[in-house]
Amino acid sequence: MSTDSRPYIFVIAILLAVYGFYNYVVYNTDGYVAVEKLSPMAIKGQQLFQNNRCWSCHQLYGLGGYLGPDLTNIYSVEGKGPVYIKAFLNSGVKSMPQFNFSEEEKDALVEYMKKVDETGIYPNYDAEIQASGWVKLKYRNEE
Amino acid sequence: MTASFQYLMPEFLKEQIPFSKMRPFHVTSVISWIVLCATGSIYFFLLYVEKFKLFSPLLVKIHFIIFLLTGIAIYFSFAFDYTEGREYFAFTPVLIVPILIGWVFFGINYFKTIYKNVKGWPVYFWMWGTGIAFMCYHLMEAHFWLFDFFRLNFVKDFAVQWKSTGSFTGSWNMLVYGISIYLMSKIKKDSNVATNKTAFFFYFLGLTNLMFGWAHHTYLLPTQPWIRYVAYAISMTEWVVLASIIYNWKHSVLKVEKENHPMAYRFLLSTDLWIFLNIILALLFSIPAINFFTHGTHITVAHSMGTTIGINTTILFSALFFIVHQIYPQFKTDRKWVRRGFFSFNISLFLFWISLLLAGGKRSYWMYVSKSGLFSEMQDLLVPYYISFFIFGIGIFVSLIIVSYPIFKALLQKIKT
Repeated sequence: MSTDSRPYIFVIAILLAVYGFYNYVVYNTDGYVAVEKLSPMAIKGQQLFQNNRCWSCHQLYGLGGYLGPDLTNIYSVEGKGPVYIKAFLNSGVKSMPQFNFSEEEKDALVEYMKKVDETGIYPNYDAEIQASGWVKLKYRNEE
Repeated sequence: MTASFQYLMPEFLKEQIPFSKMRPFHVTSVISWIVLCATGSIYFFLLYVEKFKLFSPLLVKIHFIIFLLTGIAIYFSFAFDYTEGREYFAFTPVLIVPILIGWVFFGINYFKTIYKNVKGWPVYFWMWGTGIAFMCYHLMEAHFWLFDFFRLNFVKDFAVQWKSTGSFTGSWNMLVYGISIYLMSKIKKDSNVATNKTAFFFYFLGLTNLMFGWAHHTYLLPTQPWIRYVAYAISMTEWVVLASIIYNWKHSVLKVEKENHPMAYRFLLSTDLWIFLNIILALLFSIPAINFFTHGTHITVAHSMGTTIGINTTILFSALFFIVHQIYPQFKTDRKWVRRGFFSFNISLFLFWISLLLAGGKRSYWMYVSKSGLFSEMQDLLVPYYISFFIFGIGIFVSLIIVSYPIFKALLQKIKT
């Protein structure tokens, strides 16, 4: 049994037009909180993060792997920070292999972690759960 | 299995094949299984069931060779640590070019063939076409990070990364769910399953989810709230799509039809069960107030495993049994040990899924309730769940080998003849 495709083509055309506009807006929208762009050093750190597949075990904003801890705020959380990050990188721990990063590479990774940290908080305990099911979060740098 | 064992014994082969090296292999293999099996099934249905003359058989061969060589290149890329990409696409980014070319060739062949042969497309032809077109777009979008316009702004870049992977999953779901509706209409011998208005309504609802529902993955990322509001609204309709179609079909299927395709039918029934379980999970954690506690825990993994193994894999096995029956109508697949493999697959998967849900619950408790203790201490508390996850993972693997055996046997027989 065949169908009349014309109404469906019309619906698809509308959906695609809306989707095109939606993508344009999403791609041109910055985050909720204004932060500085990644510096060349942070970009280098991000590339090292990718090349060494850190995301396999670690998360940023709860997205990534499950074998290691979330690193969103590793730069600023009490008891951790740049020295702690650098110490971990080349020593390796229980499940983390030992890397051989140079000082410059370690600095780049720390810079990347610093920039990620500036964008927000995860897990964020400053949250208000509303009756609608929505969660209102208070972000870093937000008034 | 080696990677899951590293959850139990983190130092096992840690320096030789660390988890960070195993995971890209695992993820790529899973995605390849789903996408390639779906692609092959679609080619088979067009050629041998619908008996269409393909627009270009040469393009099929080129498509096959491109994917084969790129697949080998990807594994080499992983083995020799050329992994500059991101999660799901960890390989060196240049390899996305041949993958895209392969999809474009598939698209040209598909649309030209269908356009020439079919007037008034049933819904599965729309779904396959949509899956191919969106696959091309989202594979590109997943590599937008290569441009500074995205990369320099972490939040936007990260949001677009997860937008693309969410919609990439939606694209392969279009291919796989299209296959399930195709199989239903063929097993039931009722084309109305794929041509009625309800089927199209759900197709458009699924497409809307693919386009706008991705942000439920990133509720906790500081994107603009309107992006998350849209996702929240859209996500509430998620998964009802296929469940309703299969639910309506199941109640009207005749016994004699089941007997024609017993294993294909059984796998579609188990799809029904897995959709039901995952709908509940997906709907619950698409509510931001629940997502707040489940995000970043193994509950998300349970959902991924429940959908890729429970839904995608059962549909694809149904397709494979259907294909074997088409090639050799007399070939008996409904053997006692195959049925046992099928049941042990579902039981193992259920217990595997439960283990992940419990592990996720424990992790969430550590994150939001106790808020005390080191990450490693929390991981140690999860070991019993990881043991269970590992054991039932082996159960799934062994069961799938058992149910695959007659399929391999029939396909090898076909190659030999």
